[in-house]
Amino acid sequence: MQQDRIRNFAIIAHIDHGKSTLADRILELTGAVSERDMREQLLDSMELERERGITIKAQAVRVSWKGHQLNLIDTPGHVDFTYEVSRSLQACEGALLVVDAAQGIEAQTLANAYLAIDGGLEIVPAANKIDLPQADPDGAAKELGDLLGEEPDRVLRISAKTGVGVDEVLDAIVERIPPPGGDPDAPARALVFDSSYDQYRGVVAFVRVVDGTFSTREPLRAMAQGTEFDAEEIGVMSPARTPIDSLSAGEVGYVITGLKDVSRLRVGDTLTSRRRPADGPLPGYQDVKPMVFAGIFPTDSDDYPELRDALERLKLNDASLSYEPETSQALGFGFRCGFLGLLHMEIVRERLEREFDLDLLITAPNVAYRATTRTGEEVEVHNPAEMPRELEQVEEPYVKASVIVPKDYVGAVMELANERRGTFDHMEYLSEGRVLLLYELPLGEIVLDFYDQLKSRTRGYASFDYDLAGFKPGDLTRVDILVAGEQVDALSLIIHRDFAYDRGRQLVERLREEIPRQMIDVPVQAAIGSRVIARETIKARRKDVLAKCYGGDITRKRKLLEKQKKGKKRMKQVGSVEVPQEAFLAVLNLDSDRKRS
Amino acid sequence: MSGVRHLYVHLPFCAHRCGYCDFVTVVGKGDQHAPYIDALLAELEREGAVLAPDLETVFLGGGTPTVTAPGELERLLRALPDAEEVTVEANPETVTPALAALLRANGVTRVSLGAQSFQPPLLGVLDRRATPEDVRQAVRTLRDTGFDNVSLDLVYGIPGQSGSDLEADLDEALALEPEHLSCYELEAKPGTRFAHAHGEELARQADAMEGYFEQVVDTVTAAGYRWYETANFCLEGARANGRDLRARHNLGYWLGRDYLGAGIGAVSTVGGVRRRNLPSLSRYIGALAHGEAPPREDEPIDAETAARERLLLGLRLDEPVVLADVAGAFDADALARLSDLGMLAVTANGHGDEIRLTWRGRFLGGGVTAELLA
Repeated sequence: MQQDRIRNFAIIAHIDHGKSTLADRILELTGAVSERDMREQLLDSMELERERGITIKAQAVRVSWKGHQLNLIDTPGHVDFTYEVSRSLQACEGALLVVDAAQGIEAQTLANAYLAIDGGLEIVPAANKIDLPQADPDGAAKELGDLLGEEPDRVLRISAKTGVGVDEVLDAIVERIPPPGGDPDAPARALVFDSSYDQYRGVVAFVRVVDGTFSTREPLRAMAQGTEFDAEEIGVMSPARTPIDSLSAGEVGYVITGLKDVSRLRVGDTLTSRRRPADGPLPGYQDVKPMVFAGIFPTDSDDYPELRDALERLKLNDASLSYEPETSQALGFGFRCGFLGLLHMEIVRERLEREFDLDLLITAPNVAYRATTRTGEEVEVHNPAEMPRELEQVEEPYVKASVIVPKDYVGAVMELANERRGTFDHMEYLSEGRVLLLYELPLGEIVLDFYDQLKSRTRGYASFDYDLAGFKPGDLTRVDILVAGEQVDALSLIIHRDFAYDRGRQLVERLREEIPRQMIDVPVQAAIGSRVIARETIKARRKDVLAKCYGGDITRKRKLLEKQKKGKKRMKQVGSVEVPQEAFLAVLNLDSDRKRS
Repeated sequence: MSGVRHLYVHLPFCAHRCGYCDFVTVVGKGDQHAPYIDALLAELEREGAVLAPDLETVFLGGGTPTVTAPGELERLLRALPDAEEVTVEANPETVTPALAALLRANGVTRVSLGAQSFQPPLLGVLDRRATPEDVRQAVRTLRDTGFDNVSLDLVYGIPGQSGSDLEADLDEALALEPEHLSCYELEAKPGTRFAHAHGEELARQADAMEGYFEQVVDTVTAAGYRWYETANFCLEGARANGRDLRARHNLGYWLGRDYLGAGIGAVSTVGGVRRRNLPSLSRYIGALAHGEAPPREDEPIDAETAARERLLLGLRLDEPVVLADVAGAFDADALARLSDLGMLAVTANGHGDEIRLTWRGRFLGGGVTAELLA
């Protein structure tokens, strides 16, 4: 294919604005998929994605339109996956920016649009869902025009659901988005923008060829890591894997590497041919630093090796996941994992449990802290239980948060932001009724339930996005929890001093409710250093017997005790106390309680 | 195989059904007494080969064995093999001098009376027919007839029962000087009429009633009784005239011995098989009348299961369990932990280590046993 007949584009949108439906319609219209084979959201291949109606992994599909080769790179829509969006965008020359005509611009519309603009992409705006009775295509077009500095007339009016205007979308892609550059005769170079693992064929790299041509069975090298392998198969997704002989400058496709070790090929690396290697790699990706951390432990400690393998596999598909081994006195062997955000954490957990059939316990999430000890040593702390006690200063990550909300809810958003130590930056009216609010907030104040709170206090109208904005010192302190005098490392937390007493008290109260009564009295304490700031006692049980047991009762009694024993195995032993797994999640739910009271 | 020394016979008939009861019972059907006794005797004929020639115990439970037509009851008692201890369960209002004499004349050595409570309102809650005076009268009648081994059943944790109600019940029961006392916490079995009527009230009172078990044990042991099983007490020493007044039949269950059960709903455990007769009266009578085995189901009890049962039953007693007898059934780490917590005591003996629950541990026996099981 001549390079000037290729178009590489992504679809970017706020969640639920119809991105995946549009992708499906494009596949149908270009004949890549017959109507009979059409499944809703064909590109979202993970079970989890289809169930949640969101896209997590980017996908690249080749279709044909009026003599052109279009490579559609689907992108995630959630704030946690901005990183994946920016990776995908790097493989494109243009982006289709989709906005729900009934909703208008939302926070992730802005975030994604800015990413595309910063990446130098040509943006094709489209107002979707014009079939809805409450749709306001003109309003949406005006908002999009204002955002992009374009005439509202240039905004396409479409309905991905009914198919109206989708032809025009494809035409606009061909007309407005430039063909890829790159030198077809130069030594071959391709950017690995995503990868997956095939249990039979090893690592599959998704690549955008920038220069030269790659052929099947060509000896290759990953330039940054130095890993060498042969291209066992080269092909394109259309949308199933379809082998072809070669991929040339400007094209998007996949390379089956045969590599069995997932860590040997990183997303962001540059592939070149060993026959005629390029001089240097393409600009890669910046490593994203995870900002949210949580401990992941197998419920059954025998599953530790399975958990380790599963994380390794997942990491291949999810470059933003990081993990390191962690040992907790309370929870045994596990991993401290770094995530981009809460949804990311949730998705990793669900994938581990579903795809790898693991039963897991996840501690309350916390952010990364930078601590300076009295001796001047600087450490980055990912686990509250590792926060040094003799501290000079602690810095915590902040974010610039943007919230878009109908003007009636501005007060509610401000109230929430104030409760969470937010600093107001500014606000602007996007249209007569809708307001963009900008705040600076400590990330630690939003990782637990900020988004849930925001949604519930604005009746679901608010949209939210954030960008990391560096570290700042804070008056933070470490609160430890002791059960029967033993510190439960998995329950330690780092919190602003102003909230420490309240939170400590809430936590011990919650634990008193969550931990069943034991054979002995069990004190539950919250402490800052050696100072106890809250205490509750779980009174010992006074009786625990089955009154009657005669000849006819023995089987039932035995089964009852065996069931009880099984229940105990799911508990974690802290010293002599059995703590149910739910108790470790108690910290997670405190915030929502705090707001209810 | 011959050698089972414990026989249980189930007599399901009752004058009416008490709301809290979850035993296999049959109300009315007076015309079925004779066919049922025929069926029982037929079942014993079929299954009795496993019995030892010298039985240790026979236990007639119910139902209310003493509402069985006297002629039929007598026919059964005469047909049953002799045993060292022959117990019959009775409701107080059924114990007439004539009945007591019938029992006495037919080899019964021990009577277990379902007193349950001495407070008329609480007896009402339980749907019991006997008045407190019926209980006292029944004990007098049994004594007059020459019975020197009488057991009373009490129930505590009745909806609306206060701590002083319980104290009064215990005092009344102890005043009758029974040789043996069984005290059960009321269990509102989910799905029963009783749970439906009183479940919520019981849940509300759960905290207040938590100390009732302690109150029962403290009061009864202070009166000179031996707390020999979780829910069972007996006179001992001088007051027992040197006799061992534990319920020997039930002790057989708790020591893991084999037993044969006859009648509807009756359970046997013989040679590694637990056999449960199904509860249908008509099918039971019908099958045996046709010379067939009654409808029943079998549950294999392998050696490992048997060891677990020996452990869980043995820990209900005040006598130690020999660890070597329950090898593989317990978790050694849990044993050490529970010992540290003061829940059980390990002692060395001539035949190896033995364990028993401590006084405190016996109140938490269920949880302790669950944890101790491997």
